[in-house]
Amino acid sequence: MGCRRRRRARSPGPGRSRSRRGAVRALRVGGWCRGRSRPLGEASRLLRQRRRTTVQADTLLWRTGGAGLLVAAALMLAVVPLGRWTVADLAVGVVWFNAMDVMVWALVWLVGWGANSAHALVGGYRFLAHGLGYELPLMFALVAPAIAAGSLNVGAVAAAQDGLWFAAWMPVAFLVYLLGVAGFSVWGPFAPALGTDVAGGVRAELSGVDRLVLETGRYALLAAGAAFAVPMFLGGGAGPLLPDWAWTLVKTLAVLALLVWARRRLPALRPDLFMEIGWLVLLPAALVQDLLVAVVTVWRS
Amino acid sequence: MEVLTVLVDIAFVALGVLAVLSGAAVFVVDSMARATYALAVSFVAVGAQVLFLQQSYVGVVIILMMVMEMAVMAVYMVMFMGMNPALMPMSMVHSNRTAVATAVLTFLLLAAGILVVDWPARRGSPPPDVTEALGEALMGPQMLVMAVISPVMVATIVAGVVLAAPRTRYDRFGDDLRQRPPDDPQPGGVGR
Repeated sequence: MGCRRRRRARSPGPGRSRSRRGAVRALRVGGWCRGRSRPLGEASRLLRQRRRTTVQADTLLWRTGGAGLLVAAALMLAVVPLGRWTVADLAVGVVWFNAMDVMVWALVWLVGWGANSAHALVGGYRFLAHGLGYELPLMFALVAPAIAAGSLNVGAVAAAQDGLWFAAWMPVAFLVYLLGVAGFSVWGPFAPALGTDVAGGVRAELSGVDRLVLETGRYALLAAGAAFAVPMFLGGGAGPLLPDWAWTLVKTLAVLALLVWARRRLPALRPDLFMEIGWLVLLPAALVQDLLVAVVTVWRS
Repeated sequence: MEVLTVLVDIAFVALGVLAVLSGAAVFVVDSMARATYALAVSFVAVGAQVLFLQQSYVGVVIILMMVMEMAVMAVYMVMFMGMNPALMPMSMVHSNRTAVATAVLTFLLLAAGILVVDWPARRGSPPPDVTEALGEALMGPQMLVMAVISPVMVATIVAGVVLAAPRTRYDRFGDDLRQRPPDDPQPGGVGR
């Protein structure tokens, strides 16, 4: 807002001409400035917005679904080691992460259901149809690093990548994993559940702070998925000069940047068509990857 | 340490109470979605209890499978159940009196069993890695059985789906199986 006002004050009056380059620069500066302040502006707009109510909404389930995404993301992050520290160093951290990403199935569908609105429910069904397509490939993609490390502990998987990152010799698993992260964050190609063709889908009736919480949850899930990729595929905190925790953060940000960059560059995956891609292409690919990893692991030991 | 043990005991009992109450809620609430997710909460509480028993792998897998199952079940119940219980108040209760009598009798029988049976004292101690021990116990000596049963199970699933499918490959590919592209009411994503 402040930016726009300043630009307006600076803009030349009706009688004065302005060079083309100056106009372009003003546009670019203004655009960058507006882009930077957009998250804050959007957040404050949603915080002030009045809550929309619908007839016969199941408010308990609706709110549970919306707020639950953030909780699931936090519980995912709990098993990711940051340097020497891990919030919960579970022996079965990989399965824990998987359980939390399955929790997202229930939560997104509940958001779609709770509003008692057709468009929102269609969005919820779309998400579950996507889920049926991406979940099994994602599970088998997570199996590959666990087999190679011989452990379900996230720290042990990170430590097992001495010298060669798992992303380097299990690229299929890594790609399927990234697709899965986009899937459970309802992100990019998996956004039809929030599509404009169904009035915003799952979030059609969400407004105000509830919508802010849902969006925050989605972004948090994306970040949690990026953070979990680091110990699983990208060598954890290993790296020169910087300490472990800093490398973990740098790599997390790199993966996150990749996911954000890919957001609009991949076509939307229609739930009905993606089902077949998931089961006939991704699942066999992930299984073959697992077989290769298992053979290499047995051969090495 | 003493305090911690007491806290763990309290948490364990609280999870048990939560599991029973949310299990009962399935028959109290009047919405299909609420009933389904009350059941999911009950299962998650049981899974968390299993975590407390140091069986972390089994506990987490219970949570994972049950949440996934309930998510899918909610969809199918809402889509396919008669009288459309999803869109109007419904009840999961039927044969009320028989069910209550059976439940009370079963509870009394099992509770009496728990109290009457002379439980043996614990022998030995749990192994350091319970997940690995469980895997060994399941897959060690029984590996041959598993290797035989798995293909049979997969064949059963495939055969079941084939028998249940209303459309055969002749519907898709024509009488001489040569029709390309196949005639699918729902086009797939990989262009078969």
